[in-house]
Amino acid sequence: MGTMQSSGKIIRKKDLNIWQKSYIPEILKGVRQTIAEMFKPKFTYNYPEEHFKPNPSFRGRPVLVKENEVERCVACGLCSRVCPALAIEVQASETQLEKERYPIKFEINMVRCIFCGFCEEVCPEEAIVMSNEYELVFSSQEEAVFDKQKLLKSTEELKLRLEFLRKNR
Amino acid sequence: MESLLLISIAKFVAFLSIVLLAAILLVYAERRVSAFIQNRVGPNRVGPWGLFQALADVAKLLLKEDIVPKNAYKPVHDLAPIISIAVSLSTFAIVPFGNTIDIFGSHVKLMIADVNVGILYLLSITSLGVYGITLAGWSSNNKYSLLGGLRSSAQMISYELSMGLSIIGVVMVAGTLRLDQIVVHQTQYLGGWLPAWNIFVQPVACITFVVAAFAETNRLPFDLPEAEPELVGGYHTEYTGLKFGLFFLAEYANMFTASAVIVTLFLGGWHLPYAENLGVSALTLSLLQVLAFIVKLVAVLLFFIIVRWTIPRFRYDQLMNIGWKVMLPLTLANVLVTGLVILLTQ
Repeated sequence: MGTMQSSGKIIRKKDLNIWQKSYIPEILKGVRQTIAEMFKPKFTYNYPEEHFKPNPSFRGRPVLVKENEVERCVACGLCSRVCPALAIEVQASETQLEKERYPIKFEINMVRCIFCGFCEEVCPEEAIVMSNEYELVFSSQEEAVFDKQKLLKSTEELKLRLEFLRKNR
Repeated sequence: MESLLLISIAKFVAFLSIVLLAAILLVYAERRVSAFIQNRVGPNRVGPWGLFQALADVAKLLLKEDIVPKNAYKPVHDLAPIISIAVSLSTFAIVPFGNTIDIFGSHVKLMIADVNVGILYLLSITSLGVYGITLAGWSSNNKYSLLGGLRSSAQMISYELSMGLSIIGVVMVAGTLRLDQIVVHQTQYLGGWLPAWNIFVQPVACITFVVAAFAETNRLPFDLPEAEPELVGGYHTEYTGLKFGLFFLAEYANMFTASAVIVTLFLGGWHLPYAENLGVSALTLSLLQVLAFIVKLVAVLLFFIIVRWTIPRFRYDQLMNIGWKVMLPLTLANVLVTGLVILLTQ
């Protein structure tokens, strides 16, 4: 077997002996590598049965955080202002709760959303965050507009993302 | 006489179905093995382990529209895939896949056609394969197809020479052009223990023949005729539906035949070492030998597939350099040395 090192030393063609020049040892090395590769674990998922589980850093579809059965959102409208794709529509109204304002209408058009996460970044109440959901299928434009009920998600479900945000803000 | 005809027909039907099925299975095997090599899973949905994927693909190709480009020359455009598939199917006919077998009171040789100049037939038929590809490239009236066809003819002519010359070494050792006799010659033992397979007797010829076989079947280190990144699809760019399917099938049938020829010429054909001493009945021995042939064939096919995913494509000038400046002198020297050794030892 030839002793061609791939690290450091420069190998000139004139320094090789005839067995090395035939490239047969190197080809055999390559074939061995290919065969070894066959028995390594697979990178791909058997998709419908197996799902990819994203890390907390993953930016899936944006959701509204639900705390004590009510959304954290105070309908300040910053997310709507910052959204580069103009996907978010917020209408504010008054409430008897401590936060005094709440969104009577909160809609995200998921066909427009580009998953940039600006809404999450700008939100002063940590009320809108990116979840780990990535499977979004619609059969019409109307279906793609998510209303408040569809957007709400409890703090338990979003625990990992909220912890990640606290750590990295 | 009548039984001879019946046997021939039975052999023919069995042969056609085996080769076509093998080519289809080979497509599946290639997709699956290449997937494993690339740490993927590969087709596993259609049938158990995805075994019927290739059949589904064939059914799909049958139903596709057959598009002929406006400026193509239709008669030749239609003829080219037929030449390709006919050539690749007819080569396998002379490969002996087993020794003789005694069934129904008759003595049957396990090969389709017992041609007494088997090797000449092999060389002449395989060199016809270039017509299918070249005509396909020319008649499509497309620059990429034409370039693919031109490259293919240059490549095949260059490697045909070293292929023939490396076979000459084998023929000189065996002293016959009959493929079954060449296999019988390999059933001896060197020094009493090493089977006298030509891979040990003619190692240089073996390497050059395998390289030339890769070039002749247009497999990856030599797949310039259809190099996707530069020629779109090469000669079959303008083919759709069943006609494309025929080219595809011909490619894999070619690979199957080339592997069978490599096994026959260099790996001892149906010879199973030391099986003669096992003391089993003649029929069992014959079946064992057929099994040995199949195992060797599958091993060579796997080698073909693994090499495809190991070595990158040659540049065109490298291809020509290897063909004319390395392979040809090497095979000529091999013939010379073999001749000298035979002259001195006899």
